[in-house]
Amino acid sequence: MSTLGIDWITCEGRGLCAELAPEVISEDPWGYPIITPGQLPDDALPHVRRAIAACPALALRLVEDDRRRS
Amino acid sequence: MTSWERLLPGSGASGELRDLGTHHQVYGRLDLRRSAHVLIADIREAGLTGRGGAGFPSYRKLEAVRTASRPTRGRPVVIANGAEGEPASQKDKVLLTHAPHLVLDGLQVAARAVGASEAVIYVHEGPLVSAVAKVIEARRRARIDPTPTRVVSAPARFISGQETAVVSRVDGGLALPRSVPPPVYQRGVGRRPTLVNNVETLAHMALIARYGGAWFRGLGTEAEPGTMLFTVSGAVQRPGVLEAPIGVDLDQLLGIGQLTSPVHAVLIGGYHGTWIEYADGRHTLSDASLQSVGARLGAGVVVALPASTCGLVETSRVVTYLANESARQCGPCLNGLPAIAHALTGLARGRRDPSLPAQIETLSHLVEGRGACRHPDGTARMAGSALRVFQSEIDLHLVGRCSATAFAPILPTGERPARESVGVGA
Amino acid sequence: MSTAATGSALWFLSRGTGIVSLVLLTVVMTLGLLTRGGRTLPGLPTSSVTLLHRNASLLAVAFLAVHIFTAIVDPYVTINIVDAFAPFVSDYQPFWLGLGALSLDLALALVVTSLVRVRLGLRAWRAVHWAAYILWPLILVHGYVMGPDIRSGWLLGVSIACVAVVGSAAAWRWTVVPAEARPVGVR
Repeated sequence: MSTLGIDWITCEGRGLCAELAPEVISEDPWGYPIITPGQLPDDALPHVRRAIAACPALALRLVEDDRRRS
Repeated sequence: MTSWERLLPGSGASGELRDLGTHHQVYGRLDLRRSAHVLIADIREAGLTGRGGAGFPSYRKLEAVRTASRPTRGRPVVIANGAEGEPASQKDKVLLTHAPHLVLDGLQVAARAVGASEAVIYVHEGPLVSAVAKVIEARRRARIDPTPTRVVSAPARFISGQETAVVSRVDGGLALPRSVPPPVYQRGVGRRPTLVNNVETLAHMALIARYGGAWFRGLGTEAEPGTMLFTVSGAVQRPGVLEAPIGVDLDQLLGIGQLTSPVHAVLIGGYHGTWIEYADGRHTLSDASLQSVGARLGAGVVVALPASTCGLVETSRVVTYLANESARQCGPCLNGLPAIAHALTGLARGRRDPSLPAQIETLSHLVEGRGACRHPDGTARMAGSALRVFQSEIDLHLVGRCSATAFAPILPTGERPARESVGVGA
Repeated sequence: MSTAATGSALWFLSRGTGIVSLVLLTVVMTLGLLTRGGRTLPGLPTSSVTLLHRNASLLAVAFLAVHIFTAIVDPYVTINIVDAFAPFVSDYQPFWLGLGALSLDLALALVVTSLVRVRLGLRAWRAVHWAAYILWPLILVHGYVMGPDIRSGWLLGVSIACVAVVGSAAAWRWTVVPAEARPVGVR
């Protein structure tokens, strides 16, 4: 079970992620990603992994949900 | 009324409590010869929550930092956050000016509770820096601080007091927010577990360590115990910082200052807070009660807007200020806040575009949760509350009219007059 | 087939794959220049350009492998496997061949760091990737000196075209799009 995390400071709004994983990522009027909140659907995972690898700023990461929230 | 004044007793206005001897006369000496667990247990029993705006249970923060520390990570750092970036709030300045020893006592309590090896007090650049440094020096000569303390200053900007910005600055960088993972209680200054507490929270800790958790609960509500420092301004006769138990009636708090003109709306919390309709009847100042009108106590700012002043104009000025105070690190905030400010200004100036309120709502949803800190969320919240509370004013503006008869700005936006010392209220 | 004929065939293959590698690496260089510093040319999805850049570079590595293997195996010149990786130690044309070996080392560094980029981190990856500006001129020079056919006829035309394409892409990247400009409110 995983969600998509983003480092907003590193993100430069280049838009590759929205191109590669449109099921989960769309773009706001300024080119920054709008990530559908919640668990990532299993069939979107391969696209999401490509988006994470392709991000020029390496701003995306997969967050494993391990119920250890404080 | 005087029984409410724990942090700022009436004599505080005269500055006597800056003297260490007087401080010990009034409050007694702080005894730290108890285990950290006992100290944390007292704070837990007291039910103290953060007074910096977020209202997080203080004992949980202490425990988190304490358990995060381990030999490989280094001993924790504790920071007293006195960088009050909120223009409409004066409580931290007043507290540091009139009762700095309570804050510094509290910092020592926190340091003992988490096992810290370093303590920092973080304030805006300006006269307060040397004033606080002198107080620290006096304490050092009296040898009452087991954990060495130093002052770190930051530019007087709105964002300087944000938790990760504080850590960044103390760590030698710029006072700008950092991305959260890992959280500061795990890795903060020098990659060590770091505790950041508002100065008022620490002042309360200093008293809890002396008098106990049950004493703290003697005032306030069951769910939100203790007293709180409110900064009251606007259509009140004596604007200033007032200490009152949580759960006090809004009318009582304003009445202490006495209204100088009719009031239809009150800003609660601060510039990341919300407007509420005053005509709604009686309001109790507690999170539990304010929840019903979508508000929270936040940093204790209470501004009574005179009915003769246009709430839309005031809000647009504040949101413009907030947009300019963005750290400009995250795209949605950097782009979205000026867009919200632009739309609000359009509304305020009577631009007859009926889509403006909807635009503001859309933009608000676009910026919420999409940034390294909660600056866009807070700004959107404040703007959204204005759309609700000033609905009738919006209708007027959209046909090119406005109900205002007074045009002097009420809410401050940074250009503070040097002498705006709001004294401690009666 | 006689040894001489096999030799020529290998030599032709080596030079042929060398040319193809040059062309492919020109494509890689150009695509890389087109994606830096913000948005690409309108109409080109950035992720496609990036993926094409990646795939072309992997293909170039494949052709490079054949180019080097055939050069080593070819009996006409004495080049061994060490010469392919260690610059300037070969018997045959040590300096100009050495530039090829240097290029291979750089190319491997670029490819390997890119494959593990997420784990490596942006700063380290970027530091190594600047070497692309050294790599491409190096292979151009290596090819120009090592392959006499490249200096005339249509192969010269190909080389000139490569230089023109990379030149224009570099000019575009360094003038039209400022280096680390943050896109502000503009798509």
